[in-house]
Amino acid sequence: MTDSAILNDVLVSVRDLHFSRGSRKIFNGINLEIPRGKITAIMGPSGTGKTTLLKVIGGQLRPDSGTVVIDGQDLGKLSRSGLYELRKRMGMLFQSGALLTDIDVFENVAFPVREHTDLPEALLRDLVLMKLQAVGLRGARDLNPGELSGGMARRVALARAIALDPMMIMFDEPFTGQDPISMGVLVDLIKRINDALGLTSIIVSHDVKETISIADYLYIISEGKVVEHGTPEALGHSGSEWTRQFLDGLPDGPVPFHYPAVSYQEDLLGKQKGVA
Amino acid sequence: MEKIRALGRSGIHSLERLGRGSIFLMRIFGGFWSILKRPRLLIAQFYSVGVLSLLIILVSGLFVGMVLALQGYNMLADFGAEESLGVAVALSIVRELGPVVTALLFAGRAGSALSAEIGLMKATEQLSGLEMMAVDPIHRIIAPRFFAGLISLPLLTAMFSAIGIYGGYLIGVELLGVDAGAYWSQMQAKVDWYDDVINGVLKSIVFGFVVTWIAVFEGYDAIPTSEGVSRATTRTVVHSALAILALDFMLTALMFGDV
Repeated sequence: MTDSAILNDVLVSVRDLHFSRGSRKIFNGINLEIPRGKITAIMGPSGTGKTTLLKVIGGQLRPDSGTVVIDGQDLGKLSRSGLYELRKRMGMLFQSGALLTDIDVFENVAFPVREHTDLPEALLRDLVLMKLQAVGLRGARDLNPGELSGGMARRVALARAIALDPMMIMFDEPFTGQDPISMGVLVDLIKRINDALGLTSIIVSHDVKETISIADYLYIISEGKVVEHGTPEALGHSGSEWTRQFLDGLPDGPVPFHYPAVSYQEDLLGKQKGVA
Repeated sequence: MEKIRALGRSGIHSLERLGRGSIFLMRIFGGFWSILKRPRLLIAQFYSVGVLSLLIILVSGLFVGMVLALQGYNMLADFGAEESLGVAVALSIVRELGPVVTALLFAGRAGSALSAEIGLMKATEQLSGLEMMAVDPIHRIIAPRFFAGLISLPLLTAMFSAIGIYGGYLIGVELLGVDAGAYWSQMQAKVDWYDDVINGVLKSIVFGFVVTWIAVFEGYDAIPTSEGVSRATTRTVVHSALAILALDFMLTALMFGDV
């Protein structure tokens, strides 16, 4: 599929986004568009503010300038209650799962439903069991979050995120620190749930292979800007050395192996100020 | 020059925190209605903030009363005024030691636990998670804890005072042989309902407000790392203790200063 075919129905659009923390500039004019019904991956080296970007899209952080439009609504112009209404249609999967630790798995998945609807208990139970079945953890309903492995916690969090049938889900580093089996389970789940429920998924990750295997569209960000974007096939043939280094995981290239320092020889001879 | 700049920075920083704390408090009060709709949340917090603090409060109250009776008896006996032991114990506890010691113990027992719990919920992204589920963490998590603390402390203070006076009775009357009738009747005659009891209750309400506010704000404002949470917990206990003692002086001056 070509870029224009994918990008003709946009759910989230970020325009000229600037954001800084203290004196450190994190985003310096980011533009991106998230197509509806697809899986879009935002990739980049650690510390480039990928998680911050999700928090800006979720309205948890306010940008210094620029606009974020979600399903036609400009986040900057929404009131607090408007933002909360919009969030009912968004799910977010945190790296840690962010499950509430004082209630069990069943109650965690039931939580958003109880908060926002008045479903009778029997219907609520069926709904929660269906969501848990979808992530393969119906049998774990009575466990406490502390008894779950990292991968299971993320699957419960996924069940919770889809409990209210949202229009989109944001995944923050869903594959980090997973063993190969849970990694495979998560990759498969994200793809299947996105397609089955007609969701729009945004994955923030630096696990290149897994992410590329399910993503329909990629954005690569570095140093506060979008470096390159396109379908996985297009980026696979990218001419940019930087993109090649990132996607192929090469140790040296445009991003040097060494942190900037004075020359090795000078350093060893102790010519640096204050040492000699 | 650098020192002046640092002084200015820390001044601005403190003011900014005070401002954030005040806005935070406003939002907690905004969550009052959502608690009325779901009293279950508040009751759960009463248990962990109030009921679980009972033991330490009751044991301390008993010992404080017993010590007061021992010390007071020796002093009063020199003037042949042992019968006034009941008044001495009751006034010291109801006016001062009850509200102050209960609040200090409460800050150590419940305040630190609140800060640590809320700080850890922040560090493990549970608060962000709630926000993203369109649930306001201030209404759902903070407000029930704040109101539970605000209401628990005066009740705990009342229990501390009651058991303290009983501890005084055990030592003064049962052990040292002060006349029981004199112990109780002098207390009844000399302890004024409004001037002593109500003023003590007012103190405990002020302390409950300040200690719980400090505890929930420090937790919510903690830097979300293990070090940040531990510092927030420490700050809760230190700031609460200083606030209690300073406010106690001011309140005492206002309530009893014009005698």
